[in-house]
Amino acid sequence: MIGRLLQALFGRLPIGWLQLTHSRTRFAAAIAGVAFANALVFVQLGIMQSMATATLRPYAFFQADVMISAAEANALAEGGNVARQWMLQALAHPDVASGMGLFLANVSWQRDTNTLGLTTFGIDPAQPGFLAPEIAAKTGPLQVQMAGLLDRLSRGLPKDEAAGIRPQAPLSFEASGKTLTLYDTFSGGGGFGGDGYMIVSDQTFLTLFPARQSGAPDHILLRLRPGADPDRVSAELRALISDKTLRIRSYADAAQEDLTYQQTKRPTGIIFGFGVIIGVLVGLVIVYQVLSTDVADHMREYATFKAMGYGPGFFLGIVFEEALILGLSGFVPGALIGGVLLTVMGMMTTLQLAVTPGMILSVFLGTLVFSTLSGVIATRRLAAADPADLF
Amino acid sequence: MQARALNHWFGQGEARKQALYDINLRIARGSLTVLMGPSGSGKTTLLTLLGCLREVQDGSVTLLGHELRGAAAAQNVALRRRLGFIFQAHNLHESLTATQNVVMGLQVLGRVDKDRAQAAAAHALGLLGLSDRLDYLPANLSGGQKQRVAVARALVGNPDVVLADEPTAALDKESGANVVDLLKRLGRARGTTTLMVTHDNRIVERADRVLTLEDGRIVEDRTQG
Repeated sequence: MIGRLLQALFGRLPIGWLQLTHSRTRFAAAIAGVAFANALVFVQLGIMQSMATATLRPYAFFQADVMISAAEANALAEGGNVARQWMLQALAHPDVASGMGLFLANVSWQRDTNTLGLTTFGIDPAQPGFLAPEIAAKTGPLQVQMAGLLDRLSRGLPKDEAAGIRPQAPLSFEASGKTLTLYDTFSGGGGFGGDGYMIVSDQTFLTLFPARQSGAPDHILLRLRPGADPDRVSAELRALISDKTLRIRSYADAAQEDLTYQQTKRPTGIIFGFGVIIGVLVGLVIVYQVLSTDVADHMREYATFKAMGYGPGFFLGIVFEEALILGLSGFVPGALIGGVLLTVMGMMTTLQLAVTPGMILSVFLGTLVFSTLSGVIATRRLAAADPADLF
Repeated sequence: MQARALNHWFGQGEARKQALYDINLRIARGSLTVLMGPSGSGKTTLLTLLGCLREVQDGSVTLLGHELRGAAAAQNVALRRRLGFIFQAHNLHESLTATQNVVMGLQVLGRVDKDRAQAAAAHALGLLGLSDRLDYLPANLSGGQKQRVAVARALVGNPDVVLADEPTAALDKESGANVVDLLKRLGRARGTTTLMVTHDNRIVERADRVLTLEDGRIVEDRTQG
């Protein structure tokens, strides 16, 4: 059936298909190889996608237009502090409506059965406008000292236990030798840097971390007046604020720079990125090897076709036909295997690991491109098919 | 088909060796010409030059009204589509059935209707006594059957010229005679010209003309009744 379809498509005998399927064992091995490479790429892309989701997730907890960070603050959870005085200078800008210091540190929750590492944000509960609506609606209890909101999707936190945390039924635990009480939950999720998140007031934060000072938050968030362009205001603030080492950029740019930093500078991002490259190279080599061997095995037949009057386009067509068949045949099982592997890994790590439509499209197109590239390389051997040698 | 003052060399520098010396011949349309001679006499070289499989270095070759010396590769490819090649080794494609191999001889002429191509291939195979082997892969055919498939592949596109190298070597007496009959019939009916390298006396006796080469030179040119 596939043969007939290809014949109708090409308007000629589907020689590539017939050649590949002539040796079924070799064809199966080739498909397995391409599927393996595809699965490898899917898994690595899935992890990278998960890393991107995890990196950007905390940015979604807040609503801001401009973020001011220390010079070395490449990521939300990295870098030094920013003096609150720069926020006061920024507020002098006519388009800056309000500002809030954002504190950030890790809190370890020692439980009976496990330990949760919670990335904890200290915010000003009097400024709910800086928080995502879901969180802003629950900031009331944060006015109370040593109160907190917990990420109900934290890794290692039983769902029923998370569901039981309500203002009427708060949950207390010890952290840094002090008792913290959780009054409500919000939706976050474990990432690569911690098991989940917690939000407390800046006063609670400073109590938990007495070494930190109220005048030196980790980042400063700014809200602008309606209609103001964050990029323009950021540029103007860079000129306005005395400390020229500060990183002042739009909140969207800050999130994107964090993501780029995680993917290209941090070891995990680089490793997963290389995983994708290795998967692509493995696929490229496998398809090239199969095609190259196939061309070598059929050199006399190709030379015969040359003698009969078949032109270069015909031979390129055969090799590309084979490349596409191999690529497509390997893609489907590769996507399925990759999806299963990511699902299993997601269940084991609670990371959001899944094959997305975007990944399917990009891997599919990548498979076609790299299979064709393998075909282009393999066709170089066709030049050796000299029909004069047949006699 | 015509060659004038045709010389050919292989190798370069001190290793350069002349394979053909001042070949002049004209082969009439529709005739069956046999090329004979000992090994290394230049038969195959001449065949490949006349079949535009090799570049003409010196002298002139005219094939079907086209000068081959200095011809563009595209012209040679187009000309080869009007030729039928029968190789000593059948060179069938292992992945294609007998019918599909023969269809390849037709498909080279352009986009052809699948059913008509298969019918033409089946007819050609039938003429060579292979009606019951249409869907066989080469691996399941005897040496003689493979050679007959190769003959069918060369003839199915109604070529103007057939160039053959020992086409009956793998065939039994009856099959060999059948192939020669077919080529002679094509010569009479369609004007197909056949130039064939062979040492098979059964064919030599029935040829219109016999050319004998020795050391790259035509030493005998005999026309037969």
